[in-house]
Amino acid sequence: MNAALTPFVESMQDAALAPRLPGSGLAWLDSARATALQAFVQRGLPEVRNELWKYTTLRALSQRRFAAHDAEAAMRMVPPSMLPAVAGDAVRVVFVNGVFRPDLSTSDRLPEGARLQPLSQALREQPEPLRFLLGAQDSEDDGFTLLNRALATEGVILRVEAGTKVAAPLHIVHVGLAGEREAAWHLRSLIELGEDASLDIVEHHVGESGAGHLANLVRDINLRDEARLGWTVVQTAGTEAILLRRCDCRLGDAATLDFHALELGGKLARHEVRVDLAGARARFSSRGAFVLHGRQHADTEILVTHRGRDTVSDSLWRGVADGRGRGVVHGRIMMQPGADGAEGGFYNKNLLLSPDAEIDTRPALEIYADEVKANHGATVGQLDENVLFYLRSRGIPLDMARRLLVRAFCAVTLDGIEPPALREHCGALLAAQLPESMA
Amino acid sequence: MLKIENLHVRVAGKEILKGLSLEAKAGEVHAIMGPNGAGKSTLGNVLAGRPGYEATQGTVTFDGRNLLEMEPEARAAAGVFLAFQYPVEIPGVNNTYFLRAALNAQRKARGGSELDSMQFLKLVREKVREMGMTPELLNRAVNEGFSGGEKKRNEVFQMALLEPRLAILDETDSGLDIDALKQVAAGVNSLRSPERAFLVITHYQRLLDYIVPDFVHVLADGRIVESGDAQLARELEAHGYAWVRERAPAEARA
Ligand SMILES: Nc1ncnc2c1ncn2[C@@H]1O[C@H](COP(=O)(O)OP(=O)(O)OP(=O)(O)O)[C@@H](O)[C@H]1O
Ligand SMILES: [Mg+2]
Repeated sequence: MNAALTPFVESMQDAALAPRLPGSGLAWLDSARATALQAFVQRGLPEVRNELWKYTTLRALSQRRFAAHDAEAAMRMVPPSMLPAVAGDAVRVVFVNGVFRPDLSTSDRLPEGARLQPLSQALREQPEPLRFLLGAQDSEDDGFTLLNRALATEGVILRVEAGTKVAAPLHIVHVGLAGEREAAWHLRSLIELGEDASLDIVEHHVGESGAGHLANLVRDINLRDEARLGWTVVQTAGTEAILLRRCDCRLGDAATLDFHALELGGKLARHEVRVDLAGARARFSSRGAFVLHGRQHADTEILVTHRGRDTVSDSLWRGVADGRGRGVVHGRIMMQPGADGAEGGFYNKNLLLSPDAEIDTRPALEIYADEVKANHGATVGQLDENVLFYLRSRGIPLDMARRLLVRAFCAVTLDGIEPPALREHCGALLAAQLPESMA
Repeated sequence: MLKIENLHVRVAGKEILKGLSLEAKAGEVHAIMGPNGAGKSTLGNVLAGRPGYEATQGTVTFDGRNLLEMEPEARAAAGVFLAFQYPVEIPGVNNTYFLRAALNAQRKARGGSELDSMQFLKLVREKVREMGMTPELLNRAVNEGFSGGEKKRNEVFQMALLEPRLAILDETDSGLDIDALKQVAAGVNSLRSPERAFLVITHYQRLLDYIVPDFVHVLADGRIVESGDAQLARELEAHGYAWVRERAPAEARA
């Protein structure tokens, strides 16, 4: 049975007819794409009865149409302010409206042992190694993952060889600019770190305000034994941007993933991060904050599965919503049989700055193992009137007092962002974002 | 400097101050004593502008301005300072950062220039020395994890730095050890000046041995029921508030 053929689904079907998909003609890829599209058409967009989409309704989105691509994307001028320097020696990879921009990228400067290819190029040059990634289906696929399988044309294929420590951070920038029509793009990325390899990635989402588009990003991160990845997402997308991001991470023995996120922009910004702590002593830490105003909607899903012995996960999130902002935080820790000695924690605090703002937070523990420790905590509150008065009684104006407190509330999530210049950059973005309507 | 006339204040639907009048001139120190729940902190709060404290009758003028119409931050900039009976903890906000924000906001509101961090640190170092402040407390979040006495000392330190014209100390002596009490009193005394007035709310005569007040008032059931000089505090210490209650009708008859 087909789900309703909504304008959104129709526009995606049209997109699939375009002959321009890289890799077209490879039988296994054509077939995987066709199967995924069919599954998407049948299933449609995720619905709120899906536990992971409970508080994010896509009814409005289902009535919109998106163009298959932005024909001008390869030529558009990108204002320098959208390409901030996060660290002097960072290697940069830039996508504009979903299209790789070699003219703005310096990925050829990666050191020996690290190799980055845009997906389009990898599909042209050596598609076979990607078969396991793009030829598969997964029971955990949702509507957007299926769409991504059907339509992904670009992405980052990055491999770091065993033992390679990449010193300079890799800066991946996704730029959204206004086009003729509102476009959708689907990026599929794979980041693999060999044994004992080490890398830091800074992922920026930036964009013009008022430019409507839909970015559907699916990434796989695979960290082999003792590999370490630092991953910082800084999202200041334009006011009309719709960002749907999913990341599936798998960690081997004693591998480490340090994840930071600062979600400030976008109209609808969802990030679903799934972490499989498969190897013994694998560690995942996450720190993140969103600050919403107007009618922004942010949805963060952190789904951690402990499978290896003595694995550790530790997550700390802050949410702030003003205006009619709507936030969703879902932290799930699952302890599978065999995860003896595992420790997991998920802590989330939220602040509502207006009576029309709303934040739903759901920490969840599912324990199927003995000898594990799991903790969670979640609160939703308001700025403390007594504290506000204390600050004002010292001469600090109300709007400044509120900013000060909101900033302090979020600041804990910036701790540990490296290098310090990036942490300061994030702090400044946070300060700049603090709702001007807060006066 | 401060003139309160027939002030009635309602908090959470309940009338707490019921026709309070008090005048404090520049250079004076007024001690305010009175039983628990009499409305002493309410007076401090309404002068500092705490939301929810509604003046239903009467007037408060400060340097000729209607204080009750001003926002709390404007009152602070005009020179009103309240040392809280229960200072709040502000996790994540560094004490030094907070002090600088406060001082600069006040300077700006008065049309002055803001201090840069070098100028500010120099000033802080001076005040730390003068007030015998523990410098370590300045590097921590505002009042977070401070002991009761440390919080009180932090209040007095803020006062020294902000140099208000009217300082209201609400039981700043409660919870202080003897040495800290002397230090706080010395700090207050060093700030006494012909341009500055103090309202010192306290339960204890002991503080007034160190900060000798020009006037002592007894606040009971929402108004000033007795005023006198420093001697009044000693009599209160000896006889308790029942003594005032017994005397009041006698005086009314006289
Ligand atoms: N926010 C409030 N809500 C309800 N009642 C209040 C509130 N604030 C003060 N009150 C009441 O007003 C009365 C006076 O309180 P206030 O704190 O001014 O007393 P006080 O004289 O300072 O007492 P103490 O010596 O114990 O500090 C008390 O009965 C108190 O319970
Ligand atoms: Mg009191």
